[in-house]
Amino acid sequence: MADTGVLETLLQRVEKVDDGVDSLDVATSLGVDHQVIVGAVKSLQALGDVISAELRSSKHWELTEEGTEIAEQGSHESRVFSCIPLEGLAQSELMKLPFGKIGFSKAMSNKWIRVDKAHEGGPRIFRTVESIEDQVREKLFLVQKGNSTQLEEKEKNELKKRKLLSEVTVKSYWITKGNSFSTTITKQETELTPEMIASGNWKEKKFKPYNFEAMGVAPDCGHLHPLMKVRTQFRQIFLEMGFTEMPTNNFIESSFWNFDSLFQPQQHPARDQHDTFFLSDPAHAHQFPQDYLERVKKVHSEGGYGSQGYKYDWKIEEAQKNILRTHTTAVSARMLYKLAQQKFTPVKYFSIDRVFRNETLDATHLAEFHQIEGVVADYGLTLGDLMGVLHQFFTKLGLKKWVEVGNSGVFRPEMLLPMGLPEGVSVIAWGLSLERPTMIKYGINNIRELVGHKVNLQMVYDSPICRNPPTHF
Amino acid sequence: MPTVGVKRDLLFKALGRSYTDEEFDELCFEFGLELDEITSEKEIISREQGDTKASGASDVILYKIDVPANRYDLLCLEGLVRGLQVFKNKLEAPQYKRVSPLSGEPQKLIITKETEAVRPHAVAAVLRNITFTQERYDSFIELQEKLHQNICRKRSLVAIGTHDLDTISGPFTYTAKPPGDISFKPLNQTKEYTATQLMSLYKTDSHLRHYLHIIEDKPVYPVIYDSNGVVLSMPPIINGDHSKISLKTKNVFIECTATDQTKAKTVLDMMVTMFSEYCAQPFTVEEAEVVYPDGKTCIYPELAYRKEKLSSKFINQKVGINESTEKIAQLLTRMCLLSQATGVGDEIEVEIPPTRSDVIHACDIMEDAAIAYGFNNITRTTPRTYTVANQFPLNKLTELLRQDLAAAGFTEALNFALCSQEDIADKLGKKISEMRAVHISNPKTAEFQVARTTLLPGLLKTIAANRKMPLPLKLFEISDVVLKDETKDVGARNSRRFCAVYYNKSPGFEVIHGLLDRTMQLLEVKPARGEGYHIQTADDSTYFPGRCADIFVRGKNVGRLGVLHPDVINRFELTMPCSALEMDIEPFLGHTAETPLTHDVPMKEVIKHRFPTRDESQQSAHSRPTSTKTVFGDVSTQVGLEALSDFLADKSYIEGFVASQADMIVFDAIPSPPSPTLCHLWRWYNHIKSFQTDRARLPSAKSRYVLPATPPATPNDASDEEDIDLFGSDDEAESAEAARIKEQRLAEYAAKKSKKPALVAKSSILLDVKPWDDETDMSKLEECVRSVSMDGLLWGQSKLVPVGYGIKKLQIGCVVEDDKVGTDMLEEAITAFEEYVQSVDVAAFNKI
Repeated sequence: MADTGVLETLLQRVEKVDDGVDSLDVATSLGVDHQVIVGAVKSLQALGDVISAELRSSKHWELTEEGTEIAEQGSHESRVFSCIPLEGLAQSELMKLPFGKIGFSKAMSNKWIRVDKAHEGGPRIFRTVESIEDQVREKLFLVQKGNSTQLEEKEKNELKKRKLLSEVTVKSYWITKGNSFSTTITKQETELTPEMIASGNWKEKKFKPYNFEAMGVAPDCGHLHPLMKVRTQFRQIFLEMGFTEMPTNNFIESSFWNFDSLFQPQQHPARDQHDTFFLSDPAHAHQFPQDYLERVKKVHSEGGYGSQGYKYDWKIEEAQKNILRTHTTAVSARMLYKLAQQKFTPVKYFSIDRVFRNETLDATHLAEFHQIEGVVADYGLTLGDLMGVLHQFFTKLGLKKWVEVGNSGVFRPEMLLPMGLPEGVSVIAWGLSLERPTMIKYGINNIRELVGHKVNLQMVYDSPICRNPPTHF
Repeated sequence: MPTVGVKRDLLFKALGRSYTDEEFDELCFEFGLELDEITSEKEIISREQGDTKASGASDVILYKIDVPANRYDLLCLEGLVRGLQVFKNKLEAPQYKRVSPLSGEPQKLIITKETEAVRPHAVAAVLRNITFTQERYDSFIELQEKLHQNICRKRSLVAIGTHDLDTISGPFTYTAKPPGDISFKPLNQTKEYTATQLMSLYKTDSHLRHYLHIIEDKPVYPVIYDSNGVVLSMPPIINGDHSKISLKTKNVFIECTATDQTKAKTVLDMMVTMFSEYCAQPFTVEEAEVVYPDGKTCIYPELAYRKEKLSSKFINQKVGINESTEKIAQLLTRMCLLSQATGVGDEIEVEIPPTRSDVIHACDIMEDAAIAYGFNNITRTTPRTYTVANQFPLNKLTELLRQDLAAAGFTEALNFALCSQEDIADKLGKKISEMRAVHISNPKTAEFQVARTTLLPGLLKTIAANRKMPLPLKLFEISDVVLKDETKDVGARNSRRFCAVYYNKSPGFEVIHGLLDRTMQLLEVKPARGEGYHIQTADDSTYFPGRCADIFVRGKNVGRLGVLHPDVINRFELTMPCSALEMDIEPFLGHTAETPLTHDVPMKEVIKHRFPTRDESQQSAHSRPTSTKTVFGDVSTQVGLEALSDFLADKSYIEGFVASQADMIVFDAIPSPPSPTLCHLWRWYNHIKSFQTDRARLPSAKSRYVLPATPPATPNDASDEEDIDLFGSDDEAESAEAARIKEQRLAEYAAKKSKKPALVAKSSILLDVKPWDDETDMSKLEECVRSVSMDGLLWGQSKLVPVGYGIKKLQIGCVVEDDKVGTDMLEEAITAFEEYVQSVDVAAFNKI
């Protein structure tokens, strides 16, 4: 903040005139540096609409250092002239003077002096005229007094060439009264302080207005990943609907639980090398519920439980092959088998976890993704029940059109009965991917920007909370 | 789901009316199909190869229709139209008939035994007096291709050959020959080639090269000749040019060769049912006789109609509708499943035609009834299933921790569970052989070589991809890694980890250390040695020397933290110092009160179900030795075999490093060849079997492995186990060396045992015993329960849990031996105290 004295003086000056003052003029008349006035203008502007200041720029001529010297002492040639007495001066003496050399040649060309080279004792210089008029000095005087307009452009340019003049640009403010003009200054406070609260003097203070257009300071915090936020939401929905979470923390699964137990035949294309990741180490699972395995083998190869079966040569070697599970339904199969080993009670299960496919990758497909799965097992469930549960689930998501989102169905008796579940128990299930709704919700087109190390952390920082997954797919 | 493309105008002509696109879309939906796309050949070519290529292509409108994967009867225009017409009640489903030729013998296909080595099955049939048009012919070829791609699994299971019967003469011979001995002019070629030449010719064929691998490495290739030695085909690759069919063909001989007999029959049925429509006698197929190497003969096509009886109550209950028996029979008939009420109660007899090979169970019939009824007409209901939800404790802990770690200023990352070997080993300054990593056998790129064993590389890669972001970067992830674990059925398990990194101009060990302190605070572990947590110096090549510490919680090492080694930072293309923390979070689960939930299944069944009885004659005729009791337990039981298999996990032989009589003795004790699921035992058993011929020459056994037939103690009794002299020997003058070996083996065996104590299958059961009312004397009740005593039953702790209205139930734990005590026995014994006990339920049942 500039000195209040200057501020008030400036305001008084502005008050006296009608149309306004130039900051340069004020500086000249107050005899202070122009920058002081500029500072005062800025300070006043910060107080609100006290004054209005319009930026102007003007060009004017100034003397250089050499030009100033000449204005004070005369031009080099005039000084040469004046130091030559009537009897003349030895040229060698003249050249010893600081202005001698430049002054000599200029005075010669002006024909103010002459040289007698044949003079005894070396060349000697004599005046040729009685008196001279120092025009250079006169011109510089004009400029010094601010009357450079009286000089012709040609003359100014010649002096500029001699490095006696230079042209400078000056910026100044044209200061006029503002809407809330006043000659007295009240200092505005930026912030409320503990002292003000203690003393109560905040009542008398004026406070600088806030700029509400500007953004606030970002809080220093961590962030949850958007896909995990959506996962939390889906988990919540299942829990609200009374579904128990399945322990899906087993990425490695045997083909037996992943395929055979689900009554998927061993020649099914999904069991191809192109679709499933097989393991080389540990290559095989080594333990199965033996009795159950025999029943699975039988229902595949011969049928039973009311089924014709697939009638092919079922091989234990295929079932033993370890893979990265291709769906969480492998865990559902384990859980249903365990359920069958107890006295049956109805269950509702869910899981959201990673599954793996050895697929060709593109913008929407990765080798791993999260599968959402819901399972209900009870006596006498109907297709109407399946559609009812799906309707409730997708309504909770805020979804009307859900038919194409995922898969749903009723588990086959060839899967359930060999497990030992009582006849009459139906199991309905549905599944969908977690990534697709998340990409839609957060407007992400390339799945790699969402999942994996190539994620854009700024996107993570900026992503909103997930109250409801998207309302339409 | 296969997609079938049909010309719209042809389809409408066959359906006898035209539809708007919307109307047809609606019809598809009702029939359980989906109109995927409306396009034209021109549009398809233009889309795939550009406009210039498309000029001149047909712009006839095509409907692309998605068909369920197992509905092979809808893969061509003929089948689709037949299905829709029957569905719309405009047509009765035709009855397909197999007929004998009007004159003479049926065509014969003789299979020779050479085919066993490559492609053993074949079936055949004849379409007599068929009339092809260009469209019919195209559809005929198209259906073969669709079947080849779907049910035939790219010709590996079944290959179809169709021939102009008038160009060849039976009987036909299906045989297999070395490729050099087969020579013929293949379809659309001008000269003869040997099979060897053909295989190299087709190497560059964009279509056929995909099938070469099926027979390429076989010593003999399959081939079919007619009685004059003309080659009909070399399945599954190519037909002969001689017998190729054309628009003028009147009589078609169809053969299907296969590695799967069932599928071959289905495919043949499908071909003939679809195209017999164009025969002079529509829907009749002339039979062919197949002669097997053993002289047996069979007549094909089977065209089998199967009858199933089910009740309308079953359909109503499963679908959730309430329709009359007659109405349901009508619904099914519209799905080509000719049905009628039998009049016996609500019974319906359903006839499954040969076109519906997908109907293998009553549930498939139920599904068709639902489709015909209309899914949109089924009333949505809410299942009455009442359940109480539980979170998986590990996930619950994860969710809670994630929230608080974000609150602590760290941002969550989400990285792939699969990565390269380099990521988890070389880049971290470790050797891949030392990681307990699970390896993938068929990765398409190096990104999918292994499952991660640590979360750290993923976080470092995330930082590398976000180097432009302002510092510091503070990241965390809580997720699963995968480790090999032989105690698991699949040999591997997940481990839930928490990893965090701090990346800035200074290493910030104090930040990461502070995060550990905060985490422990959240997990209610105090900083203290012994019962709390502390960290202590550790050596780890991933970390900067002297800047790494192990994290100990209640005396157990749960993880590590430190400043990363500069080499590690460089290898992940980072430039700043970085500190990291990674720890296991599963040890912190002990606090939760929930019953632990696991995907591990009991390997032995406790509850006896009424399953169809297995053929007892499967029992091996292997002569049983006098005793099956060995030091490993009774090897006639699964438990004993498992113990033996475990013992053999890291050994080639029972004793020492060569086969000996010890192996023979144990071998003889095993009553029948073990299951391959016991892989170590299976491997040993097969190996020892190879010594049977000169078993006498094997060195003698040093110890006794098989116990006398009537052992002094039951080997399965855990309490008596200590008393068994495992390596008891009659030879008192044992050498010092033998004694040493014995000591060692005893120690090994003990170690093995302590790792896997469950030689006797046991289970831990938690029972809920409910009294009649709040006046029941609960202490008396407990006394009664505890008075139940059985062999193999051990009562554990108990507590009283309020149920409501002042009533408390008794929750009591017990450990049982699976062989001796069943839950039903327990329940029966406890409910016998009628005076006190109202009911008994199994609250939890876990295998130990």
